[in-house]
Amino acid sequence: MAISNEYIQQKLTEKFGDQVFNFEETYGMLSFEAPKDLNLKVMQYLYDEPSLGFQFLTDLCAVNYPDDAGRELAVVYHLHNLVENTRIRFKVFTSIATPDVFTASQLFSSANWMERETYDFFGVNFVGHPNLKRILNVDEMDYFPLRKEYPLEDQTRIDKDDEMFGRG
Amino acid sequence: MSDHNITLAEDAIERKTTTINLGPTHPATHGVFQNIMELDGERVVSSEQTVGYIHRAFEKLAERRPLYQITPITDRLNYCSSPINNMGWHLTCEKLLGVQTPKRVDYLRVIIMELARIADHLICNSIVGVDSGAFTGFLYVMQYRELIYEIYEEVCGSRLTTNIGRIGGFERNFSNTAFTKLEKFLKEYPVALGELESLLTRNRIFMERTIGGGPISAKRALNYGFTGPNLRAAGVDYDVRVHSPYSSYQDFEFDIPVGKTGDNYDRFLVRNAEMWQSMRIIQQAYNKIQEFKGTEAEVYHADVPEYYLPKKEDVYTKMEALIWHFKIIMGEVDMPKGEVYHAVEGGNGELGFYLISDGGRTPFRLHFRRPCFIYYQAYPELVKDSMLSDAILTMSSLNLIAGELDA
Repeated sequence: MAISNEYIQQKLTEKFGDQVFNFEETYGMLSFEAPKDLNLKVMQYLYDEPSLGFQFLTDLCAVNYPDDAGRELAVVYHLHNLVENTRIRFKVFTSIATPDVFTASQLFSSANWMERETYDFFGVNFVGHPNLKRILNVDEMDYFPLRKEYPLEDQTRIDKDDEMFGRG
Repeated sequence: MSDHNITLAEDAIERKTTTINLGPTHPATHGVFQNIMELDGERVVSSEQTVGYIHRAFEKLAERRPLYQITPITDRLNYCSSPINNMGWHLTCEKLLGVQTPKRVDYLRVIIMELARIADHLICNSIVGVDSGAFTGFLYVMQYRELIYEIYEEVCGSRLTTNIGRIGGFERNFSNTAFTKLEKFLKEYPVALGELESLLTRNRIFMERTIGGGPISAKRALNYGFTGPNLRAAGVDYDVRVHSPYSSYQDFEFDIPVGKTGDNYDRFLVRNAEMWQSMRIIQQAYNKIQEFKGTEAEVYHADVPEYYLPKKEDVYTKMEALIWHFKIIMGEVDMPKGEVYHAVEGGNGELGFYLISDGGRTPFRLHFRRPCFIYYQAYPELVKDSMLSDAILTMSSLNLIAGELDA
């Protein structure tokens, strides 16, 4: 018996008022947004409230929206209530100039590496993270490669010498 | 330890711990895994993993590729069960595009996915055997993995990195050879699996090596984001196939095997039991497929001309088909806007695809939820205070696949 999306929305609105907003349902999954300094409070509430019980962090990642000034980076949490089998998507937005978001690694051990990965690729600074360093890329890297400002190599470029690869 | 009466000097060698580098290319790690371990004698005091040796920036690559060009990327995630990844990706696309697949396609997919699950568990379990000193089982069951690969080959033409299927179905109908091979597999594999079990399950050496090694409680496993057989071995009956059925899994009757202690032995037992359940599912799916008669028995894809590639012989002979082939491959059909999360039960856990489309030709963002990346972080907690050789065994019983870990 799944919890209805309306009920989740109602409970969240009761607790946080208009601090939680942008509720939408995409392909059956409830998605909403909160200010970034509330992310832990919202997740703790979702975790502790018995009738919600979102105690499993399925996924954590970031998205870069370069055209959205002041909200360039979104950190997206996918939470799952395994008992009632309901999933929700929770987003916080932050500016790219001060990408500080509180870490969820005290609440979910699984967030540790996922936040490191998010830091590695997007430069989201998870405040309070026990070991925030690069994980998949080399330590010497000085940029955050999944940000949209770094396009993949332009395949029409002509300045590259491919002779060594038999394409000269 | 009976060293109560021995007084050791402050700088005695017995007081010191040794730091070793396990990996990244050590043969016992079965992949590119590095662990820096602090050992007290043979006991692990602490360990720290280094990952990312074969990172290939799949998520960045995917932002420049239309849907069909992403399928080969997913092959290279968990390469022991590529078809599950491929179909997970196609199911994600279908969810975004709103494509309904016919039942026969679903059942054919279920057959291929369960074969892939068997191939995956087969490798993992026999490797656990190898690491505990029993090489025989591994070599023996390889011929059944070979048979599974031959079935893939009949369906899509390749074996390891399969790139199997299309959005909406399969590239071709299953040939009679494929079904003959499937029948052979259904007939012969239970015997071999039974023999693998009788070789290991009640083998005293194997039991003593694996029982109690690398245990995790259900609570910790959930907090660490475990999914798949590793979570079920800890006693949580979460299975994506049952919780959020995809590809008509709700039509099948099967059990979710669970363990209790979450140790290496339970993980082994859960995988073995899952292989039996997969056999059950394949048999049911095969029976259901045989019930289709007439034109229904020829259906192998949904009718979605905008996304399903035209037949190869048409591409070579007809202008219209050639144009569509080009348009689909180069992604000249715009996707609808939307955000989709779709999960499938992969070989080692919940494999999720988080796809954000802004209405263009390529995904705006694609994130893979890779199960073993998430549960590998529990490794130091699992192996703390265990023997080094048990730490190796724990690593192989977690079913870590470097390709998926590093994406």
